[in-house]
Amino acid sequence: MVGDTPSPTLPRFAGEGEGLRVRALAVLKDVVDPEIPVLTIADLGILRDVSVDGDSVEVTITPTYSGCPAMHAITLDIQAALTRAGIKARVRTVLSPAWTTDWMSEAAKEKLAAFGIAPPERGARLKCPLCGSEDTEQISAFGSTSCKALHRCRACREPFDAFKCH
Amino acid sequence: MRGRTCALIQIKPIPKIRRMATTSIAVEETPLVLRLLRRADDALILGHRLSEWTGHGPVLEEELALANVALDLIGQARALYEYAGSMTGHTEDQLAYLRDAAAWRNCLLVELPNGDFAFTIARLLLFAAFADAYWRAAVGSSDATIAAIAARAKKETAYHVRHAGEWLVRLGDGTEQSHRRAQSAIDDLWPYTGELFATDEADPDVAPLREGWLGVIEPLLARATLTRPTDGWMQSGGRSGRHTEHLGHLLSEMQHLQRTYPGATW
Repeated sequence: MVGDTPSPTLPRFAGEGEGLRVRALAVLKDVVDPEIPVLTIADLGILRDVSVDGDSVEVTITPTYSGCPAMHAITLDIQAALTRAGIKARVRTVLSPAWTTDWMSEAAKEKLAAFGIAPPERGARLKCPLCGSEDTEQISAFGSTSCKALHRCRACREPFDAFKCH
Repeated sequence: MRGRTCALIQIKPIPKIRRMATTSIAVEETPLVLRLLRRADDALILGHRLSEWTGHGPVLEEELALANVALDLIGQARALYEYAGSMTGHTEDQLAYLRDAAAWRNCLLVELPNGDFAFTIARLLLFAAFADAYWRAAVGSSDATIAAIAARAKKETAYHVRHAGEWLVRLGDGTEQSHRRAQSAIDDLWPYTGELFATDEADPDVAPLREGWLGVIEPLLARATLTRPTDGWMQSGGRSGRHTEHLGHLLSEMQHLQRTYPGATW
């Protein structure tokens, strides 16, 4: 029996699984964070992996914060997007490795700033996303969502959200 | 929000035999399950207490802050219940909604009513400094699930310690009234902190955490110009299910919907 007969557990056609994975990834490129719609879940580092299991895919995501209420909406958005594309999907949430803002790409940080949210900066003084001044101060350590804090620009006097370093 | 919430819940017809669905569950507590329930119950009960501030915060920013801390804690509780439930055969909802007061394993500290803002902040600090030390140590756990939960939780609790600590300094070193209230809160809460470090089979490693905890709390009290209470009689009982009357009232509100409409889903 060993030899020419392929194992029944393997994909029938070579590369079929990879094709499905690529297709799923293309669909997931358009799934955005419901609270920060300029960033995709890939930009944020929430999307961790896509694997193929037979004729369906398993999407692995990780929460930014333990209690992030957007996780449920993100899970539904992923399932809806893949279903629309005719792909059967299961979404799995993992906690490890713990999410960090270090996973955010430079491009994502630029998109955040353009949207009016100061991107996470370790150590550096936050730049006002509206006027660019570095003369800013924190108003509150917590903001409109778990992942943001509230700041104010002393130059243009505008308050703004800042992504917390995490 | 209340009205909208109700509209989203699919209320199923109440079964004719209600006893079965509303009957409290019994949980078989191995030392690991007991440890997970203690961590989860601490987080959920304090999260619930903090959520009670919603709509009553002294300023909008602090209202958001307390709600955010509550979210972190409830999120941590969910992960812990899911893990405990995988061993006992329960869902996270069953563990949260279908246990009577005597089956809860949270410390007494977290179930006390919120009191004034100083009391809420002082309690949050005393608890968060313990949780922070606990999760930092648990990152090295040989249990991969606990280590994963700890890696997330420690980042959140460190933020809670910083926030509550800054407020305690502001209150203690503030006006005569805020100082008096902060000191009174610390004095009233201190006897409830012994239970955090009580060691037994389920929690063999918590006693040594007290040194690090004091290393955080004592300098903050000094900066806040507050007097550190002496270590006298310490309250206990929560870890084994002997609670204050306050927990029953809290649970009657928190569990009301699931007890009334068993199995209601969003």
